[in-house]
Amino acid sequence: MAIDTNVLKKNMLEAGKSLALFAVVASALVAITYLMTKSTIAENEKQSLLKSLHVLVPDDIHDNDLFSDNISINVPELNYRNHPITIYRARMNNEPVAAIFSVTAPDGYSGAIKMLVAIKMDESIAGVRVVSHKETPGLGDAIDIEKSDWIRIFEQRSLSNPIEKQWRVKKDGGQFDQLTGATITPRAIVKMTKKSLLYFVKHKQQVFESANNG
Amino acid sequence: MAEPTYNKIAKDGFWHNNPVLIQLLGLCPLLAVTSTFINALGLGIATTLVLIGSNVTVSLIRNNVKQELRIPIFVMVIASFVTIVELAMNAYLHELYKILGIFIPLIVTNCVIIARAESFASKNDVKTSFVDGLTMGLGFTSVLLVLGSMREIIGQGTLFSQAHLMFGEGFRDLQLVFVEDYSGFLLAILPPGAFIGLGLLIALKNVIETKRKTRQAQMLTAGNNSKESSATP
Repeated sequence: MAIDTNVLKKNMLEAGKSLALFAVVASALVAITYLMTKSTIAENEKQSLLKSLHVLVPDDIHDNDLFSDNISINVPELNYRNHPITIYRARMNNEPVAAIFSVTAPDGYSGAIKMLVAIKMDESIAGVRVVSHKETPGLGDAIDIEKSDWIRIFEQRSLSNPIEKQWRVKKDGGQFDQLTGATITPRAIVKMTKKSLLYFVKHKQQVFESANNG
Repeated sequence: MAEPTYNKIAKDGFWHNNPVLIQLLGLCPLLAVTSTFINALGLGIATTLVLIGSNVTVSLIRNNVKQELRIPIFVMVIASFVTIVELAMNAYLHELYKILGIFIPLIVTNCVIIARAESFASKNDVKTSFVDGLTMGLGFTSVLLVLGSMREIIGQGTLFSQAHLMFGEGFRDLQLVFVEDYSGFLLAILPPGAFIGLGLLIALKNVIETKRKTRQAQMLTAGNNSKESSATP
């Protein structure tokens, strides 16, 4: 039996039409939701970033708007997958106070670890916080301040405390405690913190003088 | 086909045809997020919302969709609902959204949803489909919650930790600590703990079910015996 091409064509056309109709309606619904939630989501993201920034650089030591005073720069040794890093700058009466590096350690135990490294003008670390990670619950996730105080071991540290060669976890002959049952996670964080610190010490002026990209 | 009663639908969703314990569907998110009670609750609610939405929509359009087009259209409906729920959670439950992360968009791949759309909602009216979506969703959520509580208590020694992510700062103190300075039992938190926990739950359900059946059978034989004895003169 020969297939009636006209009937076939008609069927295909109808199927195409109804699929297209559903696609349009579905996309419209998603688009409306997106528009309705867009500003709330952006605000949420800003608030949760600001919260972390303010923990590292409290309001009483700076008077500028941390969130909008930032630069995006390309630093091959700090970039993650060729994305430029963002540095937030804290100032008091227009004098630089501290810089907060938003960087990503690529070599966590289960993927990248997003973190904030805050460094004061005297080249000592104000603090480090992990923003997001996928490390093993119960082991590597102790890098999260909600889980343990481990991440605070970086506070007040600098390139002379300990000396540069000692900026490793203890297992690798360095100064920093690893976590019980997890060495790779702290190693990744120590490495990234050290790199940020090295960059800041070398390019301090540049970090604060570059034009704001708002 | 006779319209199923609400009572039967509810019993099916929770027990006789529970999506997890019987149909063994949607295990990937189940195993991944049940490390605490609150995570389980978040994913359960999100899944239930998607199930209700997709069931109702599929039921509404069931007479206007050609037989051969129904799967692509169902998938489209489900994907849209998941995206909407994802955006809404990102906006209104931001912290929880950050924790559940990838598992929200992955609700799309939860077979419970397409299974209910295909096997129930495409054959029943809107009201029954709504009830089916709700009870199947709650059935799924209840298993998530039991497993989440088990793993949290054994793994961390707490219950309802991080409740503030869902209900706001005021609920931070909801956390119950069962054992002070508990060093944690890692196995329960890691994926193998989820498998073992789920295995135990399924076994428990089977034990209860077998007991019920033997009791029923006994009652039946007892009833038959008495009938026979009364029948004989």
